[in-house]
Amino acid sequence: MSRITFREALNQAMCEEMTRDDRVFLMGEEVAEYNGAYKVSQGMHEKFGTRRVIDTPITELGFAGLGVGAAMAGLRPVVEFMTWNFALLALDQIVNAAAKMRYMSGGQYDVPMVFRGAGGSAARVSSQHSQCFENWLANIPGLKVVMPATPYDAKGLLKASIRDGDTVVFIENEICYGDIGEVPDEEYIIPLGKADIKRQGSDVTIVTFSRMVGYALKAAKILAEQGIDAEIVDLRTIRPLDETTMLASVAKTNCAIVVEEGWRFAGIGAEISARIMEKAFDDLDAPVIRVTGKDVPMPYAANLETLALPSVEDIVAAARQACNRN
Amino acid sequence: MPIDILMSQLSPTMTEGKIARWLKKEGDELLSGDIMAEIETDKATMEVEVIDEGILHKIISPEGSLVPVGSVIAIVAEDGEEVPADYQPQAADTATVEVEVETPTAPAAASVETTPMPTESQKKRIKASPLARRLAKVRNLNLAQIQGSGPNGRIIKVDIEKALRSGIRLGSNHAIPPAPRPMPQGPLPYHADEYEAVENTMMRKTIARRLTESKQNIPHFYLSTEVTMDRLMDLRAQLNEAADGEFKLSVNDFILKAVSKSLIDVPETNASWTEKSTLMHKHAHVSVAVAIDGGLITPVIRHAEQKSIVEISQEVKDLAKRARAGELKPDEYTGGTFSVSNLGMFGIQSFSAIVNPPEGAILAVGATAEKVVVEDGQVVIRKIMSLTLSCDHRVVDGAVGASFLAALKQHLQRPAGLLIS
Repeated sequence: MSRITFREALNQAMCEEMTRDDRVFLMGEEVAEYNGAYKVSQGMHEKFGTRRVIDTPITELGFAGLGVGAAMAGLRPVVEFMTWNFALLALDQIVNAAAKMRYMSGGQYDVPMVFRGAGGSAARVSSQHSQCFENWLANIPGLKVVMPATPYDAKGLLKASIRDGDTVVFIENEICYGDIGEVPDEEYIIPLGKADIKRQGSDVTIVTFSRMVGYALKAAKILAEQGIDAEIVDLRTIRPLDETTMLASVAKTNCAIVVEEGWRFAGIGAEISARIMEKAFDDLDAPVIRVTGKDVPMPYAANLETLALPSVEDIVAAARQACNRN
Repeated sequence: MPIDILMSQLSPTMTEGKIARWLKKEGDELLSGDIMAEIETDKATMEVEVIDEGILHKIISPEGSLVPVGSVIAIVAEDGEEVPADYQPQAADTATVEVEVETPTAPAAASVETTPMPTESQKKRIKASPLARRLAKVRNLNLAQIQGSGPNGRIIKVDIEKALRSGIRLGSNHAIPPAPRPMPQGPLPYHADEYEAVENTMMRKTIARRLTESKQNIPHFYLSTEVTMDRLMDLRAQLNEAADGEFKLSVNDFILKAVSKSLIDVPETNASWTEKSTLMHKHAHVSVAVAIDGGLITPVIRHAEQKSIVEISQEVKDLAKRARAGELKPDEYTGGTFSVSNLGMFGIQSFSAIVNPPEGAILAVGATAEKVVVEDGQVVIRKIMSLTLSCDHRVVDGAVGASFLAALKQHLQRPAGLLIS
């Protein structure tokens, strides 16, 4: 077991898969000579050379399309977007090409590739660089959407994503890159579509993912001091969604809140609460409550930025409300 | 994919069906339109026709088994298809659900109906979480008696738990009548050698259930009168003579015609009670009680008010014949708005029938017999028939029932009017 950062875990995942499988390669802006804008690809250019770690021009749509073509031709591309904000320019390739290729070619072409990069809000990078698009992408049939919360999950899930036969959208939270966590030295894989109970509890279910898992864990500590035992379900994969784990938890606690960094309207929380309502109605003792980012473009000012994001206190308050301990 | 063949609901009141007979056996080829099996419902024996062609792979429910509606009775394999040995029918789960519905816990809802004149506050919707509602149902608790501690007074799980702890089982001692016990508990006071236990058919069970429901839930009252039948009997004899064997009208045919006209004359008798409103039927769909092997059934003469006596007569004969053969289709014995039960042919002078819900009234017809009566101060002999009307007091009041009988009496005592219109 080693203690490494989130970005090192991602780096290990890519290096291991590139060593294992010659078809895997990394492509993106500044990934090679500069060792990555967030240093995720540190040392990879030196190790694998220019043929497999490729710097691209600032042309998201162009290199996303190159990736789709390479995947159709039999390679296993990992395309890095400096952030998912810039990937908006590449959406046509992701949504219209990668996600639909197998369907529209009648099964003749697969697009087994990973689009990965930083998502969510960082610190004081303002409106255009602080956004969550997982609900946009998870809405598309043909895409898988993965959002790890810890270094351990990041490594195991990225390896599974690279090996997956489908197009995987892999969203790393920018703030999490420096997080340190324990990662086994031996190889492991975390299957896609499996949620993880990050904390066992009996009084209220907190469904969340990515950076908000850490917030939820902090909130659970405070709740425990107040006599409320929260269970934290980390979805890890947004699509396919692990309903079983989520519903089993609700059956145990009889109430749930959903925490996400992104906006409320038609967000992941809306999907989760609808599913719980549809499939666990008779287990519910209270309505499902959503804790989300505020419905505004992200402010630049640090104090307003903090207010626009969900806070640990918000989670505590929602959990108390859900189990009627106000 | 193998195809699951389900027990379908073949009549509106059917909750389970009995496999009377399999006409195909495992391995037989099934062609569209073939009859696969016969199913005994609560009303009749119905045929199961092949829709999905293939091979009858497996019979799940053997002959004689009782199967809830929606359960798998057989599996059909498509031509040339191998059914895996571990194949599980898709609808298997629904079977257990259906069975649970049969347990007599239903009075929860009925309690509301039987509570006299609910006050405004009682009629208000009770706020309770889905979980609390489920727990209350399972534990037979009456939510109306529980104080909610959640937001807006919502009853939540802790409130149910508190109520259970305090030991109040309000559901059972308040307003909800105990489930009916068909038989006294303990050993029967009969020696086993001295009776034969005849298994209740689906029809017997349905008769038992529906009539028990009717007698327990419907406030019955009864009105009786006597009708002088001399002119009608005379008219009937003349008509049958003139028919020269082409048709033969029964007294009951005249009664059905007269009833249909009276229902139009006094439409309040042709009505059904529902919680929200009283349904005033626009046509006289008259149910005719027909005794058949093992029970009775009530085929319906639809739009009887628009039919001639001869048409009614022929239709009754046809329906009765097919009823005895167990061949009636569900739409031929449902949808009646008023019933006529005639035991005159058995020499019964008068009797009181049980209302056949959702109808609002039923007419019990006795035998026509010569009696000594006083007319205008003179003692005379007349052919007299007795009629007893059983009414659902929720829709038919005494005066309404009386005016129906008066209209009926008039039609029967001036029978020529029955021949026109």
